[in-house]
Amino acid sequence: MPAVESVFRRAFAVRGGDFARAGAAACEIKELLKDLGIDTATVRRAAIVAYEAEMNVIMYAWDARMDLAVSPAEVRLTVDDHGPGIPDVELAMTEGYSTATAEMRELGFGAGMGLPNIKRNADDFAIDSEVGRGTRLDIVIRKNGHVRP
Amino acid sequence: MIALRDVLVLLDAELLTPATAPETAFHKVFASDLMSDVLTSAEPGSLLLTGLANGHVVCTCSVADIAAVVFVQGKRPASDAIAAARTKGIPLIATKMTMFTACSRIAGRIEDGGHARR
Repeated sequence: MPAVESVFRRAFAVRGGDFARAGAAACEIKELLKDLGIDTATVRRAAIVAYEAEMNVIMYAWDARMDLAVSPAEVRLTVDDHGPGIPDVELAMTEGYSTATAEMRELGFGAGMGLPNIKRNADDFAIDSEVGRGTRLDIVIRKNGHVRP
Repeated sequence: MIALRDVLVLLDAELLTPATAPETAFHKVFASDLMSDVLTSAEPGSLLLTGLANGHVVCTCSVADIAAVVFVQGKRPASDAIAAARTKGIPLIATKMTMFTACSRIAGRIEDGGHARR
């Protein structure tokens, strides 16, 4: 009989354009991970990844579901949005490339660092986007991993 | 390293979250109006100087483990942002100095090992 691995799961809903609640999911994820006794460096990487992903949904998509799964070895975050999708994923992954509006920039975001910063803080990162449908991010943060230089 | 009490004197600043211990010390300092830069480049435990005073600053600082925030050039966050900072234990400081002046005063204090001009 295979060993049963203990996994903590929680789902979060994020609405596009909901700037008033921006960061609510990421802050809750951070508190949950702290309560689970995870080390501060891993918690910080996961919180930054969750916040960048949440802001991307709020700025560009219509709505999304964020799924958090925490096992003894890693934190997994899946962000599945309904939205316009990304026509050129490679371009979107380029540091500094942004389609943000002036309003988004006035809030201190939209500098074209969101997706690259998610990848930088993740040990495994996958992105799948379809124009007119939406974008899905699959992120793994291992507890013994680190931020890429 | 620089202590909160020295930041308040050097920047002729007001502490917006009065319950903070004045001996609280910061080992790193980061300055930016871009929260994207804070999330990308600021080190945990840093003192942040910023000219941006919307509610997202406190949330960003909480996520990025920023230790305290100085709002420059007379900017002040709204009362709900101050309340959120209190809850999260992030000291907020306000100064009328420009970003350049505030940064140069703190840099001088750090480079002179604590004996810089006031």
